[in-house]
Formats: sequence, C-alpha cells, structure tokens
Amino acid sequence: MASRVAIVSMGWYGFKSSVDELSFREMMFEAATRAYETVGLDPRRDVDAFVSCQEDYWEGIAITDEFAPEPVGGVLRPTLTVAGDMLQGVAQAYMMIKTGYFDVVVVESHAKPSDITTMHGIFEMALDPLYLRPLNPPNMHFLAGLDAAAFLQRSRLGREHLAMVVAKNKRAGLSNSRASHAAPLSPDDVLSMEPVVDPLTRLDIAPFSDAAVVAVLASEEAARRFTDTPVWIEGISWITEAGTGALAWHTIGAMPGLRVAAKRALAMAGVSRIDTDTSFAEVDDRYSYVELLALEELGLGSPDEVARMLEDGDLDPGGYYPVNPSGGSLAAGVALEATAGFRLLEVYERLLAGGYEEGRERGVVASWRGPPTRTFSVAVLGV
Amino acid sequence: MVGKDVKLPGTYLKGDEMYKLPGLVEHRPEAKYEFASGQAQGRFLQGLKEGKILGVKCPRCGRVYVPPRMYCEYCMAPTTEWVELSGEGEVHTAVVSYISTFRARLEKPEIIAVIRLYAPGYTGKPDEYEFPGIFHKLCNVEPDDVVSGRIIGARVRPRWRPPEERRGSVTDIECFEPVVEG
Amino acid sequence: MKPNIFVKDRVAVVGAGITLFRRRLLETPRELAWEAASMALESAGLTLRDIDCIVIGSAPDAFDGVHMKGEYLADGSGGVFKPTVRVYVGGGTGVFVPIAAWWHVASGHCDTVLAVAEEKMSPAHPHPQGVFAYIWDPILERPLGPNLIWIFALEMRRYMHKCGVKKETIAKVSVKNKRNALDHPAAQAAARITVEDVLKSEVLVWPVQRLDISPVSDGAAALVLARENVARRVTDSPVWVEGVGFTLDNTHWYNRELAYPRYVNYAARMAYKMAGIERPWKEIDVAEPYDPFDYKELHHIEGLMLARPCEAPKLLEEGWFDRSGELPTSPSGGLLGVGNPIAAAGLMKVAELFWQLRYEAGARQVKKPVHLGVAQAWGDLMQAGTVIVLGN
Repeated sequence: MASRVAIVSMGWYGFKSSVDELSFREMMFEAATRAYETVGLDPRRDVDAFVSCQEDYWEGIAITDEFAPEPVGGVLRPTLTVAGDMLQGVAQAYMMIKTGYFDVVVVESHAKPSDITTMHGIFEMALDPLYLRPLNPPNMHFLAGLDAAAFLQRSRLGREHLAMVVAKNKRAGLSNSRASHAAPLSPDDVLSMEPVVDPLTRLDIAPFSDAAVVAVLASEEAARRFTDTPVWIEGISWITEAGTGALAWHTIGAMPGLRVAAKRALAMAGVSRIDTDTSFAEVDDRYSYVELLALEELGLGSPDEVARMLEDGDLDPGGYYPVNPSGGSLAAGVALEATAGFRLLEVYERLLAGGYEEGRERGVVASWRGPPTRTFSVAVLGV
Repeated sequence: MVGKDVKLPGTYLKGDEMYKLPGLVEHRPEAKYEFASGQAQGRFLQGLKEGKILGVKCPRCGRVYVPPRMYCEYCMAPTTEWVELSGEGEVHTAVVSYISTFRARLEKPEIIAVIRLYAPGYTGKPDEYEFPGIFHKLCNVEPDDVVSGRIIGARVRPRWRPPEERRGSVTDIECFEPVVEG
Repeated sequence: MKPNIFVKDRVAVVGAGITLFRRRLLETPRELAWEAASMALESAGLTLRDIDCIVIGSAPDAFDGVHMKGEYLADGSGGVFKPTVRVYVGGGTGVFVPIAAWWHVASGHCDTVLAVAEEKMSPAHPHPQGVFAYIWDPILERPLGPNLIWIFALEMRRYMHKCGVKKETIAKVSVKNKRNALDHPAAQAAARITVEDVLKSEVLVWPVQRLDISPVSDGAAALVLARENVARRVTDSPVWVEGVGFTLDNTHWYNRELAYPRYVNYAARMAYKMAGIERPWKEIDVAEPYDPFDYKELHHIEGLMLARPCEAPKLLEEGWFDRSGELPTSPSGGLLGVGNPIAAAGLMKVAELFWQLRYEAGARQVKKPVHLGVAQAWGDLMQAGTVIVLGN
C-alpha cells in the first residue's frame, strides 16, 4: 500500500476585485512564500515537482506555462502546467506522490481577471466555433441561466431558494478576510433585483476576484518532516461529462458528472453520507443555484430536502451541516482556475481549526470549472 | 505494423479549398488585456525612462538580474538591492531578420541580438552559463558582421531615445550599437 | 525523489494511433482527436469502455482558436464521464502526455489511460506565426515586435559559434529527416533534398532558412497505456515506460548560455536515473530527439547525452544517426519530415519508439536490434525539456 498523501501547508494572496500592486507572477511568489515559510520548507531543496493550474486565454499569453516556474521556486525542476482548475492539479500531484517516485509536490493556481478587459470575448472563445459562436450569445451567463431554469423546474424550487443561498453566503463571508464581496444581504434584496438571465440576478452571479493559492502536498513520511498537523487527502476524483464542443450532450438542470466524481471521491474516503461522515462542505456557488444542485449531486438529499435544510438554517455556518461557511464564491469571488483552490484552502484551514465530532473530522470540496465546461472535481480532506 | 503504405485518417485540403466549403465560420477573437507591470518591472521601466539600466542583486547568491525580478529564482529570496549597470555589454549571439512578426518580408533586414551586460561579479568568461542580459536590436552592424561572426563578443552600448520620447518601455532604447574604441 | 524501485506499478504502452499530418485538414480538432484515439484503441484491441482515464495534450489554445482547448477536445479524446485532464508544457507537451499518463497508471489510480495529443494550426490567420506574438513577455519583449524564429536563429547562431559548426553540416539533419519521412504514412514534408536545396531556400532570419524549419501542420496522435497485468493480457509485446523526466527552466532565456540546453539535460538525467541508465550514449539504441529546426536535433542529442557537447555535428557527418547508423535518430522522419502539429508531433515521436521497439515500423525500422529508445521534446522559451525512455 503506497503512502497516504497530505497537504502540509497552504498560502494565498489577493482575493480582491483587483490586485493592482503586484503582477500575476509576484502574486504567485507571495502565495508560495507564505506556504513555504509556515513549515520552513526550502522549495529549491525540498520539493520534487511543481504543478501550475492556468489557461492561456485567462493569462493573455500563449504558452503561459513559460511563466510557471520562477515565482514558485520551480526553475530547472520538474514543473508542469495543468490546463484545469486547481483541484485537477491537486489530483495530478496526488497521483505523482502515489507512484512513490515523488515525495513533495507543490500545486499553484492564480487568477488575474482584472487584467482582462474583454471577459465576454474570452468566454466566447471557449464556445464551439462552429455551432455556438455564430449565435453570438449576448452575455456569458446564458448557459447558467438555462441550467438554473431547468433545475428550478425539475426541483420545483423557486427563486426565493436561490436568494436564500445568496444571502446565506454573502453574510457568512463577513467574517472571512478573503471574502471581499461579502455583504449583510437579505433574500428580499436579491428578489427585488431584475434578472440578468432569468432566473439569475446580478447577486446570484459571483463576481470575479484576483488571487493566488499555493498548496504543498507530501507523502506521509515526508509530511511528518514538515508538520505535526497534516491534512489528508482521503478521496479525490475529477470527471469531464463531455466536451464543450458537444453541449448538446450535456444534461441541463443536473450535474451527473459531479455525481460520478462525488461517488468516487466519497467511496475512496470511505464516506457513505456526507452529513454523517463529514462536518461541512465548500461547494461550487459561482451561481447561486449551483450550490443546491451540487448538494443534491453530493447525495445530501433531494432538492426538496436540501431546500428544507436551507430554510431551517441547517446549512448556515453554525448549522447542522454548514455549506460554504467561508461565504463561497458569492462572497469571495470567482478566481478563475484558483476558485477550486479557494475552496480547498477554506476546508484545509477549517479542519486545522479543529473541534469536530469523532468520525466526522472531514470536509468536502466540490468544484465545477464553470461554463461552458462540464468538468467537476471532488475531494475529501480529513485530519 | 505502421509501415509506409498504411492508409491513415485525415482529409487534406489544398490551397484555398477550405474557403469553398459550406459552413466556414470566421471568428475574430476579442481578447484584450491590461497587464500590471508589477514591482520589479515597474521600477525597471521607470529606470529606462530615466536612461538607466537597473538590475537587482540577490542577497544570498549574489546573482545580478537584468531584467530585474522581485525575487531570486534560484534561492527564492526577495531581491532587495538595486544596482545600476553601465549599460555596456557584449554580443552573446546575433541574427539577421528578413521577416516581420506576421512573417511579411521586411524591406530592410534587422539585426537582433542577445547582449550579455557587464555587471559587478560577472567575469564574462564564456563558460558562465547565466548572466544579466537583454534582448534587443543592433544598429551600425551589417548582416555580414553576423554571418562572419565578427559581431559575436563585440562590445556594445545602448543608444537611448531623447528623454522627451521615452515612455518607460524597452523601446526607450532605440538599439544597441558597437562601442568604437578610441 | 526516490529511485525507481519504489514505483508501484509498471506501465506499458499497448497501442498507438495517428492521423495524417497536413498543412490543412478538413476535420475539426475534435474529429482529429477522435481519429487518432480510435486508431490507438483499435491497435490495442480495446474499446473506450476499457479505458479508465484520459490525458489530453495540446499546445497554445490560439492555434485552434479555442479557449479551454482541453475541454473542447474532451469528447473527441474519449473524455466522456471519465477523469480527464489536459497537461501542458508548450512544445514539450507531446512527450509530456505519456509522462502524465504514466503517473495515472503508476499511482494505481487508473488501470488504462488514453493519451491524446492534437493540434490544428491552420485556423489561425493570416499566419500561425501571429499566434507566437503572444508567447512573449507582454511588457519586456512584445514591444520589440518579435518573430518566434528570432530566438531559434539566435540559439542556432550561438550553437554554430560555440561549437564551430557550419550551416552545411546542420542542413544534413534536414536532408536525413525529410528522407526518412518518405517511409512514414503520415508525412507532410517528406522529400529527397540536398544540402544545396537547404542553403538555397528562402532566408527567413539568418542563419535560419526555409528548409531548416519544420512545416505548419494539422494532426493528432494517441497512445494507450496500461498497467502491467492489463498489458500482459492484451498484448504479447508491451513496450514499457522505463523512465520519465521533465524540467522547466526560467522564462528569461536571454539570461542563459544558448549553446547548450541544460533543461533537456536535467530532464534526461531524471529519466535515465529512473530507467537505471548510466551510459545513455551506449545503452540507448534509437532516439527521437525533437527537431522543429534542424540544428535543434543536434542540440538535443547533446542535451540527451547521446553525444558530448559540440560532438553531434561530427557524428552526424559520419552517418552515426542514420537509420543504418550506430544510434539512429528521428527514424520516423521527425518534425522536419513528418510535420509539426506541435503536441501531436511530440507524441508521434513516442509512437515511433513504440513501433520501432515492436519491430513494426516497416521500411522505417532501424537496422540494429533495439531494446531501449528515448524520445524528447522541448518547449516554451528555451525552457521545457520532456524525456521518456521506453524499452521492450
């Protein structure tokens, strides 16, 4: 049996609408330095490989991989780029360590959406050039709108449930230093707004944030060298439902890909039910409806049951099963591929804070790469 | 067996055949960015505006970086000490470009070079793998100087644009030109 | 890092597929990926149902003109309700795809992996070179209006200067590879040319001339990798992944000696160490060094320690690297002969080792008996080295 894999340290920088004082490389350096200093790790000596998670068009640089090594200490070392979200990068590092060949692997992801002045144009580039681009969609939220409408119809939930998610997360973020979009909102504030794409209002759509996140992963043996408090990756899975050129194959109003990823990650961790075997979850909420849909696909309950928990405050930060106690992306923003890194960081820190019932010392991360993709990742962390 | 006679998938389109097919979609990407220059490059560009080539020195290993970075990539230590270089250096390698960025033919060829800059602590010996350097154009150099190899190792210095034309860009240096002795 | 004895599962390549490489193909990127993937599956006697995980490789999104290209290619590559990831190290991606596939299997996470690389450079207008305008540092380099060929020319010039190599010698790589490609069914630029032809071709950025460079191409390639017990079941002649290595040097290529690719050397040392190879120049039987430019093959042969620094040109002159030579390099025809759909071209090189090590290369089969082969690609701004060692 190969060694277990742990996160031994994490560092971050930013989580603001615009980080003007630093370039993306300097943000990466700041996040990396923080992650390394905490555990006294020298990246030039102690790390076997580096994984950077980024995409060319997000960066505005063709072959953005060029800029991956320096800021994290990866010069002349095994360094690679994953064109995927940070959890997919963590999955690569996890497997690399599991081979037994790598002991310590660093995973980095960063986002500077504030550098992009034509976000809609970039989104358009992700659409199938032959079928979707000629339709010239008026805004980039139309896919989420379709998905949300189909979900509400299938679940017979209403806009008020989406508004409750928004209010819960925006408020939860008030106590999180990374949640710069937090606000003391009520569901009525959301319901009183005009939809951007029915049924989603501006408040149902998470804004963007600039951020960099770095995680240090290690084999069990190596982890003990750096810390007394490793956080174990007990389960991890990533699933692509279909390509963005095959949107017709996507299931609208459900996320079966997330269901498969969740099933595998939970099985790996030996979790039969998230609410009995884990203590909380950080799940995708780049659109308010996604949180409810994700909870259904994670097996927390039917949409009805999830909605009832939401109404009863069970999903609040102090509730029976807190969901996005960090405030989620609705409060901390979507940091492109580092969004999954944000959720990972929240679960990591919350687990380290401790105080969990025996048998539930775990947290769940569930991530979607966002439209137009149908790629989902799920991880179970435990202490 | 994948020998030479295997028939492989793929349909070759000759010349402008593609444009005669139905359903061709033309898409002009709308992708614009405003890049923050950051701390190290920001100061470097300011230096150029003032007619100076600035570098940073790593307090741990003593490497001098031009262009400067906020941190030493070999030691992962923050680079705190700024140094001003003379701007002079020698040609590491040089080539003659007959084409533009988009591969159009140029009327007058350009000479492009990597210049190894003189800096304290650098011997300039040919076996030094790393060095502070800059990538720029050369003037007062003929294509034959490149072909014959005469220009490699030659001493060069920056030709600055007049102060009022400088914008805090690498183009504030018009080019590098050979230092004429005496 | 630990020595290879701790690696959990041995990993084998059990199938390979490839499309035609051409300047412009009718098929969409997804269709090309599918063609190569299904050929690879068929050659392994497997179906998509037998595949656990997908690894996709493709170089800049700007060529195909698609943001999140991995997501776009997913279904064509078999990524339907499967763990699917796109890895990326610029031009080094092609050889990197099977490296990433290796750890999917060696970790015990997947039993079988479909590794697919695709590139369609023809959609970019007016010329794919324009795409390369965006690989430069937006602040320090782009204002100079650079052309990608500049940096290769700079590197080639430095190599010529430091090693005292003539253009006539370097041109022989182009002659050899284009001739080798006459026997490759995917080849786009196979030809019987002479050194004279190379020296008379259009001068782009001296010393780089038209025939020193590989062409712009569309194409895809794919491999199937499997764990030892699966591999033994599906084939009598698995080709083992003996070693993998990869390295990324700093972005500032003009702060380094350009005559020697230390990033290739570091990656090679990592791969050889894992494979237990101490004297690669003696132990490697066949090599596919990355050859987007003719001088690059020589440069990379030296980085791979198949020759001493500055020694490759001399060995080339002696016919050492011919198909009938002591150490055949690019028996496929390489990028110069078969074509250069970036990531697909790198994976084509690994596929060639697979065919060579199974004695399935037909007219391309090298003369000498083969046990160990190395393939390598390079990428980014003189930064990425990716190396894989296969054995039979």
